Amino acid sequence: MGVVLGFMVVVAAVAGWWLSRQRLTAKPWLEVGVIGDTAPPSAPATAKLGLGTFLVVASSLFALLISAYSMRMAMADWRALPMPAVLWFSTGLLMLASLALHIAVVAARCDELGHLRSSLLAAGLCSLAFLAAQLQAWRELAAAGYFSAANPASAFFYLVTAIHGAHMLGGLVALGRTSARAFALPREPGAKALGGITLSVELCAIYWHFLLLVWLVLFSLLMRWTDELIEICRGLLT
Amino acid sequence: MGIAVILALVVIGSVVFHFLSPWWWTPIASNWHYIDNTIIVTFWITGTVFAAVVLFMAYCVFRFRHREGNRAAYEPENKRLEWWLAIGTAVGVAAMLAPGLVVWHQFVTVPKDATTVEVIGQQWQWAYRLPGADGRLGASDVALISPENPLGIDPKDPHGQDDVVIQGDNLHLQLGKPVKMLLRAVDVVHDFYVPEFRAKMDMIPGSVTYYWFTPTLAGTFDVLCAELCGTGHTFMRGNVVVEPEGQYQAWLQQQKTFAQLREPARAQAKN
Amino acid sequence: MVDVMHGTPEPLSAAETDDVELYHPKSWVTKYVFSQDAKIIAIQYATVALAIGLVALVLSWLMRLQLGFPGVFSFIDPDRYYQLITMHGMIMVVYLLTALFLGGFGNYLIPLMLGARDMVFPYVNMLSFWIYFLAVLVLVTGFFLPGGPTGAGWTLYPPQAILSNTPGQQWGIIVMLVSLILFIIGFTMGGLNYVVTVLQGRARGMTLMRMPLTIWGIFTATVMALLAFPALFVGAVMMLLDRLIGTSFFMPAIVAMGERLAYKGGSPILFQHLFWFFGHPEVYIVALPAFGIVSDLISTHARKNIFGYRMMVWALVAIGALSFVVWAHHMYVSGMHPSFGFFFATTTLIIAIPTAIKVYNWVLTLWRGDIHFTVPMLFALGFIVTFVNGGLTGLFLGNVVVDVPLSDTMFVVAHFHMVMGVAPILVIFGAIYHWYPKVTGHMLDDRLGKLHFWVTFLGAYLIFFPMHYIGLMGVPRRYHEIGEMAFVPPSAATLNEFITVVALIVGAAQLVFLFNLIWSIRRGRPAGGNPWRATTLEWQTPQTPPAHGNWGKTLPVVYRWAYDYSVPGAAEDFLPQNQPPTPRTG
Repeated sequence: MGVVLGFMVVVAAVAGWWLSRQRLTAKPWLEVGVIGDTAPPSAPATAKLGLGTFLVVASSLFALLISAYSMRMAMADWRALPMPAVLWFSTGLLMLASLALHIAVVAARCDELGHLRSSLLAAGLCSLAFLAAQLQAWRELAAAGYFSAANPASAFFYLVTAIHGAHMLGGLVALGRTSARAFALPREPGAKALGGITLSVELCAIYWHFLLLVWLVLFSLLMRWTDELIEICRGLLT
Repeated sequence: MGIAVILALVVIGSVVFHFLSPWWWTPIASNWHYIDNTIIVTFWITGTVFAAVVLFMAYCVFRFRHREGNRAAYEPENKRLEWWLAIGTAVGVAAMLAPGLVVWHQFVTVPKDATTVEVIGQQWQWAYRLPGADGRLGASDVALISPENPLGIDPKDPHGQDDVVIQGDNLHLQLGKPVKMLLRAVDVVHDFYVPEFRAKMDMIPGSVTYYWFTPTLAGTFDVLCAELCGTGHTFMRGNVVVEPEGQYQAWLQQQKTFAQLREPARAQAKN
Repeated sequence: MVDVMHGTPEPLSAAETDDVELYHPKSWVTKYVFSQDAKIIAIQYATVALAIGLVALVLSWLMRLQLGFPGVFSFIDPDRYYQLITMHGMIMVVYLLTALFLGGFGNYLIPLMLGARDMVFPYVNMLSFWIYFLAVLVLVTGFFLPGGPTGAGWTLYPPQAILSNTPGQQWGIIVMLVSLILFIIGFTMGGLNYVVTVLQGRARGMTLMRMPLTIWGIFTATVMALLAFPALFVGAVMMLLDRLIGTSFFMPAIVAMGERLAYKGGSPILFQHLFWFFGHPEVYIVALPAFGIVSDLISTHARKNIFGYRMMVWALVAIGALSFVVWAHHMYVSGMHPSFGFFFATTTLIIAIPTAIKVYNWVLTLWRGDIHFTVPMLFALGFIVTFVNGGLTGLFLGNVVVDVPLSDTMFVVAHFHMVMGVAPILVIFGAIYHWYPKVTGHMLDDRLGKLHFWVTFLGAYLIFFPMHYIGLMGVPRRYHEIGEMAFVPPSAATLNEFITVVALIVGAAQLVFLFNLIWSIRRGRPAGGNPWRATTLEWQTPQTPPAHGNWGKTLPVVYRWAYDYSVPGAAEDFLPQNQPPTPRTG
């Protein structure tokens, strides 16, 4: 459970830092009047905070999966799995998708509808291709005879990639809706029309960057690059 | 008024019940009176706190009940009082934790001269294995379990041949001799629990857990399963007999070893 | 130091107040069924939670009948008994307590107490309830499927939970796991709302340190739940795969009833870690909202500010953080590495300190107060007694070596019922008596309320206090009957009969409550806007019950903290949070 504890420490540190700026030592009974007379938070800020909170929850989920994975790896009978080469390909595709969404954000902010549409389309296609590549990796492993329930390494592989893929599917729904809105816009939109989409595109981009980050962590774990790191963590804990 | 009286009665009733009720722990039959002592310390500390808090509350309820024209005092906080209470609590907690950790250290440190007894739990019965003349248990594996070899003892391991296997019978232990219980389960989680010994530990399929104690009281005691293990959980019972060395050795001589148990099976196979 | 403006601030310009995009229901269905109004969602959550809680209450009667009069009720065989305890436990902990505190009280009180019009994501909020409702329906189908609901114990420990000698192995365990997964998804949707609304939706002037402790409790608990529920999610998904397609996440090589199963290489302890990584924070997910609510009840009905507000806030946050590093105290006898015992015993007992501070501050709030013995206050007092009792027995079980003889005995059952069963339920009752007038505009009947309180409080104490001693004797929990145990005196059977009789009486008292709840909707005494003369914002709404959008044309502005009771020099013994300071006295 070292990984998830590490994650919790990070969350606690961020929460502690934030709380430390909230004047928790103030004596509220002495302060009568209006404090902090600021404008109410904007809708984009609220939406991003909502997404950010969700990403923390999702991170907690993945940290727990990784914890379970590394605990299982520590047991004596662990046999590693040969990783299909197609995973490298899917990693590249996910990076492209993430990049395309980044470009989409820039395009949306600059009011360039054409670029926005094409980069959204590219991101969607790359993401679908990523999922297809993941499926291919599943099939290759199954064909190599690793699809056996009693092999914990393969069970974990399927579980981890499936949960990551499920998160991507959820994201694709949002991306699809955003793209539909982008393609429904008239050719020469007013400045305001694109402004409404910008937020959705930004949220998608944040989510995809998160998916990429999680995938990179999972990928390095599956490729056993992190074994030594896990060993060190375990050494620290015991 | 009535409320204050009832709150006070709750405290008094609890204390009276604690001291006068016939329900108390079983007479201890092992060396873990340290655990009992820690429980007593904890009872005194927590009991005092409970009585103090609830009686104080009863007093407040009586003294500061609403009456016409009354007005509450205005006192947002009292830093000194709060810190003193926190420190006092910390001291009380430490007074319980310190002996607890010391005893836990004893609990997990098995003495060198402890004999080994293996307990095997399966739905819903107990089996036991003693190391035999060589003092060592043979290797075992769930994969080796068969009707002839219900405990899964490795027939190729020479240490296993003289292991004493006890199935469907009571376990006997020697009075005054420390014993390390090695705990194994073949199907689900069980827990070998004898209330008089105070010690217990879950048995997890796939791994071996342990605890140790010294039987200090001769007699026959109930063995219960303390971890839900399916339909028959309630009926997973047995007995353990603690007896002086002479009787214990006499009992031991009558038991069969793994090799002896396999003899008839082999004889049958030859025919 | 702080920039505090005295006097009335400029009213907000019209552009600022009108720029609220509220969803407006267009039909009866979108207003009362698929509603996006947090108040309606709160009532929906509370109704479903109380209804399923009633089912769990009936289950507890049946199990008590078996324990009190073993053999008399022959239809309660061991299988049935284990199904009863499993469903009772899971429903009470997850589907009643968690859903009611966060989904029910959270939805109702967060926007109103913070001066918001609604939650920040109303649509997601609506989805949250309907997924919760679906989770409850899926759970209930377990009763009707072949084999019945699962009887694996609410902890669902593998391998036992998915093997054939456990009742409900066929379908029960599957629907249980699916239901939990749904619950977690639904809860996450709601939880995001509660957190972001507290962060972003507060009215002007509502700083964190001016929030009522109710909100602090719900907020902290929600953050914890969002972080802890994924552990149950992971565990449930993995166990579902083990059960359905035969993976071996939690299943080692097993020979069950002489038959070798295909599983190999899994770790049952892994599940226990995941379960308790969720399970321990879960205790505080239930307790922290109760702590918060009871603080407000005591303060309001003792007409005195909550004593040591800052310490109360810090203690809430500290308890929330610490509760993530104590989970393995549920596993002292699980055979994990013994050195963990030192660590987890220490962290567990440390958590007693902030908790004790909260207790002291509640009691010190009563000191020199002006205590009105209203029904909510009675329940708050009852909470303190049962919580102190249950919390102190926690010091037995948290102290690793003391836990060894007591774990898995009736002592544990008595402990956790006292601390996270009875205590939070008393707060829920108190809170319902307290806020019912705001929700319906009518008071609950006082005499029935007092009857309900005394029977419930004294009865629950009589049930669970003696039960500790049965456990101390060594009677294990989850036993279908005590049967022949040499160390158990026959008088224990009498005690069990007594407990059962009291439990039935306490159960009957809940029907009185139910009657009161329904009867008072129309017949109760009209409440007015602020019957308790409380300071917090929800009592200052222009209409009671609050209309859609809560605040009419203009949002409230907050000038003071939530506990200005009996302020010296003030005319009334309370000053609402939105009351501007009078010149030169502020």
